[in-house]
Amino acid sequence: MKKIQLISGLIAAFICALTIHISAQNPKAKYGTFALTNATVETVTKGTIKNATVVISNGKITAVGENTPAPQGAEIIDCKGLFIFPGMIDGGTNLGLSEIGSDARTQDFNELGDIIPQMKALTAVNPNATAIPITRVSGVTTALASPAGDMYAGTAALINLHGYTPEQMFAGFEGVVLNYPRSGRRGGFDRRTEEEVKKANDAAIKRLNDVWERAVQYHKVDSATKGKDMGYYPEMIAMLPVVRGERALLVEVNAEKDIRAALKWVAEKKIAKVIFTGMAEGWRVTDELVKAKVPVIAGGVLELPSRDYDRYDQAYANAGMMQKAGVKVAIRSQETGNQNYRNLPYHAGFAVAYGMDKMEALKAITIVPAEIFGVADKIGSIEVGKTANLFVCDGDPFETKTQVKNVFIGGWQMPMVSRQTELYNEFLKREPGATK
Amino acid sequence: MKKIFILFSLAACATWTFAQDKGNVLIKNGTVLTVTKGTLTETDVLVKDGKIAQIGKNIAAPQGVKTIDATGLFVMPGIIDAHSHIAIDGINEATSPVTAEVAEGDVVNPLQVQIYRALGGGVTAVHAMHGSANAIGGQCETLKLRYGTFDGDAMKMEGAPRTIKFALGENPTRVHGTGNGIVPRTRMGVEFVIRKSFSDAKKYMEDWDAYNQNKLVKGFRGAPPVYNLRLETLAEILKGNIIIHCHSYRADEIFMLLKVCKDFGIKRLVFQHVNEGFKVAPELAAYGAMASVFSDWWAYKFEVYYSTAYNATILTKNGVVTSINSDDAEMMRHLYHEAAKTQKYGQLSDEEALSLITINPAKQLGIDARTGSLEVGKDADIAIFKNHPLSIYGVPQFTIVDGIVRFDRAADPADMRLMVDPKQNIDEPATILSEKGRDNCMDGTEFLFTETDKK
Repeated sequence: MKKIQLISGLIAAFICALTIHISAQNPKAKYGTFALTNATVETVTKGTIKNATVVISNGKITAVGENTPAPQGAEIIDCKGLFIFPGMIDGGTNLGLSEIGSDARTQDFNELGDIIPQMKALTAVNPNATAIPITRVSGVTTALASPAGDMYAGTAALINLHGYTPEQMFAGFEGVVLNYPRSGRRGGFDRRTEEEVKKANDAAIKRLNDVWERAVQYHKVDSATKGKDMGYYPEMIAMLPVVRGERALLVEVNAEKDIRAALKWVAEKKIAKVIFTGMAEGWRVTDELVKAKVPVIAGGVLELPSRDYDRYDQAYANAGMMQKAGVKVAIRSQETGNQNYRNLPYHAGFAVAYGMDKMEALKAITIVPAEIFGVADKIGSIEVGKTANLFVCDGDPFETKTQVKNVFIGGWQMPMVSRQTELYNEFLKREPGATK
Repeated sequence: MKKIFILFSLAACATWTFAQDKGNVLIKNGTVLTVTKGTLTETDVLVKDGKIAQIGKNIAAPQGVKTIDATGLFVMPGIIDAHSHIAIDGINEATSPVTAEVAEGDVVNPLQVQIYRALGGGVTAVHAMHGSANAIGGQCETLKLRYGTFDGDAMKMEGAPRTIKFALGENPTRVHGTGNGIVPRTRMGVEFVIRKSFSDAKKYMEDWDAYNQNKLVKGFRGAPPVYNLRLETLAEILKGNIIIHCHSYRADEIFMLLKVCKDFGIKRLVFQHVNEGFKVAPELAAYGAMASVFSDWWAYKFEVYYSTAYNATILTKNGVVTSINSDDAEMMRHLYHEAAKTQKYGQLSDEEALSLITINPAKQLGIDARTGSLEVGKDADIAIFKNHPLSIYGVPQFTIVDGIVRFDRAADPADMRLMVDPKQNIDEPATILSEKGRDNCMDGTEFLFTETDKK
């Protein structure tokens, strides 16, 4: 008996030493063939499969099913009692473009100029941003890195949250960001007179139309000359795919009046690929949105009502109300100020608590954004042939206490550490503790 | 049209009872989360004259007492936000590094709709705080959310201890050093400003003590010291009559204030935000200082860059009395969810997590004898939830302050304003998308900074 204790003690000591050795260096992601066995798999598109195995190989999901054998040599991860979900997709972030909110030197999402669609977020994404591991260990595997600023603020890029160059991270979608001119005041601090506000808005709408007209002209000349001797007009070059319907225009718009104006504007200009984002007052305009068939990336959900006389839970209910009316709705977190994109499942969860169907809310952070971004053939659900972006957890992913156990991005098994977990491990039982 | 709105709102209020009235109510058959005395299933809570009179099974409703059927619902103590800026009309008196003489109690605004929205999140009491522009800021006020009153004084929690705001680090150094070109520009300066203030107050106290002694002596002809409200207030801190609530982030500055307070014999000390509190948790615990933290906010400025969402857990496990606060009119609506994040980040028990928003903030405000848990004799500040409050699906149904139902999810109309701003355009949003991570503590100092420097 003593011997067994001694041996197990030695083994424990050895494991301890090994762990210390491993944690002494930055853990790396792991690539290979994995079989995630005995799991409850929420495919999102093809129902829930119990006691299932998901096989990951060469970065893809190669098998999903109840009696799926693990391939030879596969690393087996027993997921008994656990759940597998597709990686969550946050359509509203500035991940990689901002490190510290108050320090302009660490911010790369806000270039000078109001017509700058040629400014590419993908160029400035820092693959080593601290927020990236902090986000992905919570199961968010993909995010839209979005520039902010005046009218045409730049070109946003969808990125997977693992990789060492922007190219490795690129998830197959880019879209031009348009902040649709606001007709009202910008907030309580905006002390302009009503006249000044109207004048500014009229000027902005005129500029919006002029720029679009120029882009259409540019497209016509470019088509006629087949692009020969066109000179260098970077902002027009960046607008071309939008005018030609090859690239989406992400229209950030929130107030009811502006949503109506923006709907009219995109219809008039016959812009083929449009995504409306933000949409705080989308619930006031559901009929028109359904008619126009414009997809929406709504949020954040955890917001105040936009008007003082609105019901207190209006912002929580907004996404669900649009979805119920028949609008295609994805949910984003938009927690840019504190880089808390890890809260994406809670934005979806609050939408459910205040009226949205649970399955629809899950779709709103997985397959729906994938469809809106045109990458549903690659991500957004657990299906054979898709990129292995998924996570393993011990319960309902919306529930706050649920623990995410494993995250795969592009078939890479992520180390489940971030600076925040490292600080936890160092300081939970600090050594030395309090001394006099 | 606007007039009609005003009339309608007034009519809605007229039916309400007066603010300081105490209510009677019987909450039947709920799952009662007392926080301090365990969880009781299928239990009734009887409220008489605004106090919890009885907790038990099968309590009969006294005649004329309204009953709330809480079958399948969760009954918990009203949530307390130890760091808020709602219901006040001024936040920063940013004119000097020390402004102990000003008080939020003078500018309570009971009409803000945010008060009702907070009730919608199960909040019954808030610590309405001065901002963080000054090393020693103004005095704060503990309020009960008696929404419906037009009297600011009626919002004040009678008998709550006095509190004052201190601030360390980037905010006071930016406002005064960078903005005004006066000390403090560094963390060294912040310590100096606080030590100098306490030393002045000590001298002031001694001068008054000496005068009060001497004037008893026959033939004494000296004049009294000059009365100074700032020093009077600081002296009350030294005497232990005002609790310090100190805005702070970095471990070194937290440790600094512990030492300063030790040198001046100050024991009642709560750190606010205290993002790096986890690094000096053993020191905080040993001193008996408390911590009121964000669940997960970080990255909005450099001094919160090395934060961790495990902060509340590390502090709790090291024996520091910890609360989770909002500092934000939106986040304060879901403090129950913020508390639940400690179950993701550190797996705290239900009781530990709920303590963070009930009994612990009550301790930090010195009101734990009256609020923060469901116990007989305590104030009837109660939140009733559909689904467990730590579940993402938890939704407050009723919020009760002093036995009066101030929020009723099913019965309340959408428009709950007490006041209509006649200048506000009715077709236009008042606010669009809050700025998460915005430093609300810096409200009123924007004029000092350039556009890029605002956050």
